[in-house]
Amino acid sequence: MDVILFLIFAIVAVVCAINVVVQTHPISSAVSLIGVMGSLAILYLLLGAEFIAAAQVIVYAGAVMVLFVFVIMLLNAGAEVRRGRSLMVQLLGIPLLISFLGLVAWFVERIYPPTARVQFGGFTGGTPRAIGQALFTTYLLPFEVTSILILIAILGAIVLARKEID
Amino acid sequence: MHPITTVDYLCLSAALLLIGTVGVLTRRNVVIILMSIELILNAVNINLIAFSRALENLGGQIFAIFVITDAVAEAAVGLGILIALFRNKETVQADEIDLLKW
Repeated sequence: MDVILFLIFAIVAVVCAINVVVQTHPISSAVSLIGVMGSLAILYLLLGAEFIAAAQVIVYAGAVMVLFVFVIMLLNAGAEVRRGRSLMVQLLGIPLLISFLGLVAWFVERIYPPTARVQFGGFTGGTPRAIGQALFTTYLLPFEVTSILILIAILGAIVLARKEID
Repeated sequence: MHPITTVDYLCLSAALLLIGTVGVLTRRNVVIILMSIELILNAVNINLIAFSRALENLGGQIFAIFVITDAVAEAAVGLGILIALFRNKETVQADEIDLLKW
């Protein structure tokens, strides 16, 4: 059951991610990115991170993607014209990429010690209760600093995007 | 069937990281470059949560929350910069934005 769920959603995530990069029109990329975020939320649930899964759906698939779609609409960005790349790049790029990924996987497999299998419901440390408790006691200072970061980001976005008044 | 271990999650994360890097390097539309950066940050999140699960330590998940916050702030500021650029240059193609090229 876990294996099937992991395989399905991992494959969906990778295919959607490839689609994000391959599509020429930004709207198609944005829709594919929502697919990636949704399947990653399921994978987080499999890892026992309930709060992160909910935050992933709400923040990424909701807020950030609406922001992206809104900007695409505002800029009226059309499809990108393909520019011919050199033959060597086209021939060598994908095999080199796949072999690099295989190399990384091999190293991780070799170096990382064998662990117990990841089961659904095996670890339930990611409930909102546990997260909140850790966030407001042990990690209180980083949490407060993050609020300043968000404030700066909001100010920066407003200042950058506002219209110059002469 | 081969059981799912932390290593599988790490490999998925590496795949997403590579795809995102390819997107950042090869695409010229700035909106898609920003989306590829979101992909890379999500790959980091998978690593953090997989290790949080493997070590049974909540710190990884807390860090993932901070990464999500950073990603949102980065997207907001990046799109603000993009709108300001579009107002000046009327383009979203990264290779046509050469204001500093001498």
